[in-house]
Amino acid sequence: MSGKVLMCGNEAMAESAIQAGLDAYFGYPITPQNEVTAYMSKRMAEEGRVFVQSESELAAVNMVFGASATGKRTMTSSSSPGISLMQEGISYLAGAELPCVIVNVMRGGPGLGNIAPSQGDYFQAVKGGGHGDYHCIVFGPSGVQEWVDIMPLAFDLADLYRIPVMILADGILGQMMEPVVIPKDARRKTQDPGLPKKDWALTGAEGRKQNIVRSLWLADGAIERHNYDLQARYRQIEKNETLCEQYKVDDADIVIVAYGIAARIVRGAVDKARKEGIKAGLIRPITLWPFPTEQISRAADEPRIFLVVEMSCGQMVEDVRLAVAGKTPVVFWGRPGGGIPTVEQVFGQIRELTIKPKREK
Amino acid sequence: MQKVFTRPKTLKDCPTHYCPGCGHGIAHRLITEVIDELGVSGKTIGIAPVGCAVLAYDYIDVDMIEVAHGRAPAVATGMKRTNPDKIVFSYQGDGDLAAIGTAEIIHAAHRAEQLTVVFINNAVFGMTGGQMAPTTMLGQITATTQQGRQADGQGYPLQVCELLNILPGAIYIERCGLCSPAHIRKAKAALKHAFELQMNNAKGLSLVELLSPCPTYWRLSPPDAMLWIQNEMTKVFPLGKLKG
Repeated sequence: MSGKVLMCGNEAMAESAIQAGLDAYFGYPITPQNEVTAYMSKRMAEEGRVFVQSESELAAVNMVFGASATGKRTMTSSSSPGISLMQEGISYLAGAELPCVIVNVMRGGPGLGNIAPSQGDYFQAVKGGGHGDYHCIVFGPSGVQEWVDIMPLAFDLADLYRIPVMILADGILGQMMEPVVIPKDARRKTQDPGLPKKDWALTGAEGRKQNIVRSLWLADGAIERHNYDLQARYRQIEKNETLCEQYKVDDADIVIVAYGIAARIVRGAVDKARKEGIKAGLIRPITLWPFPTEQISRAADEPRIFLVVEMSCGQMVEDVRLAVAGKTPVVFWGRPGGGIPTVEQVFGQIRELTIKPKREK
Repeated sequence: MQKVFTRPKTLKDCPTHYCPGCGHGIAHRLITEVIDELGVSGKTIGIAPVGCAVLAYDYIDVDMIEVAHGRAPAVATGMKRTNPDKIVFSYQGDGDLAAIGTAEIIHAAHRAEQLTVVFINNAVFGMTGGQMAPTTMLGQITATTQQGRQADGQGYPLQVCELLNILPGAIYIERCGLCSPAHIRKAKAALKHAFELQMNNAKGLSLVELLSPCPTYWRLSPPDAMLWIQNEMTKVFPLGKLKG
């Protein structure tokens, strides 16, 4: 595949993962990401790599656990209810320090919800989701090309930090077709400053000591120490890997914070506001964990209003409030359960806030 | 003087954490003898369960992983599919395999995964304190069947071998008992066959069920526990090869 092609997000992401050196894909069908399993079934066979349709999302994430433990590049994908089922496995992956990529093409919830696009799984993705003190690196792409570009990076970061990486997409991104360029053979070369050797992997103990992959540490204080090790790594990731885009923020009187497809809509509203003479800007977290706390905090040093727009009842807004730390007002507007904001609706919010600024308690 | 009996190379020289008379030690020894005799310690990957044998890697000296409760057959699938040249075995108890992990074992067998499964059936949950397992015998007293297990409300002992036997993807199924020297020798032969099938690239899953003593939660002496397997357990869990 070379040059520009027209693909839906689910398929383009899958091809990008293959180009990034994916050895094995495991998954269970669920809407709105069924294109992924179908595409992988065909393409992984063509590449002579592993595809297994599992009996459940529980099994899929544990197949990922097994393949990853042997040092392979592996991933799964699902949508919100299926990702809930995977949380046990994700906690174990984090505890056992196993690299992998997990794609969540979010749909409306809670429960079976619907199959419309949503951003209701932010808390689950960035605050842990499973049990224990852990993080996944979480990306929130806002277009098909960005999603494609994130995939090789996601695998590299997973390997570099021995951590599960989650991609938080949604039903629009999965289904939407856009022209994209998929980088060929994007796997980072294992040279300086390349990726560390997977000398911990289970490859058979021929000529070396036994390797053990585990998340159980029973000795007195052992799991406490293990937690501190993980936390030290998380601090490193926060320092090195935070990504965010700032759009027309410098002179903005109102800064909108949004991620994923919601940010795409907000960008349109910002442009419309600018045409109407309102100084609006956009801060778009690309990594949702680590969160661009510093960037938002700096932007909040100016006297301006913050508006957070999400396709949920307000989840990321909590992280924005923590970053802003009361320096300036933070207002939330969003639509849950598959409701898709329009440029006009967001523009309406911007106009209202800039005409008569709201102070929230 | 000639040494006629020694510790298998793959069995670590360390104190055991298992209770006196527990069958796990025997099962660990048999597996490591088989690994040594087949010369596959350098290409074997083992999977420890959740349960008393969660620390199996402290004894069995091959590359090992510890996984979520019941998920071993799914983890094994991920390992074997990406490493067809390796020997992958899971070691699972009756809570792990026959309760929480029923879906995973059935579907691994159903997909004819090339795996070796060692299924330890001691009719009770050991690590959590002797509660009812799916394989608990009718009338058996456990922490959660204090009047003895009743079929009405608590169900019947689950016969895993018979359940899996109908699946074409399960190519070798045998039930053995760790309840006398003769039985233990038979169990070793079964384990060896299960490993050999995988080494020979046989297309399907092998499972060896081992009826294993738990004197602590059966409230029996170690010798009486072995007799209970012979006299009681085998009535519900008949020994022998079902297929392969």
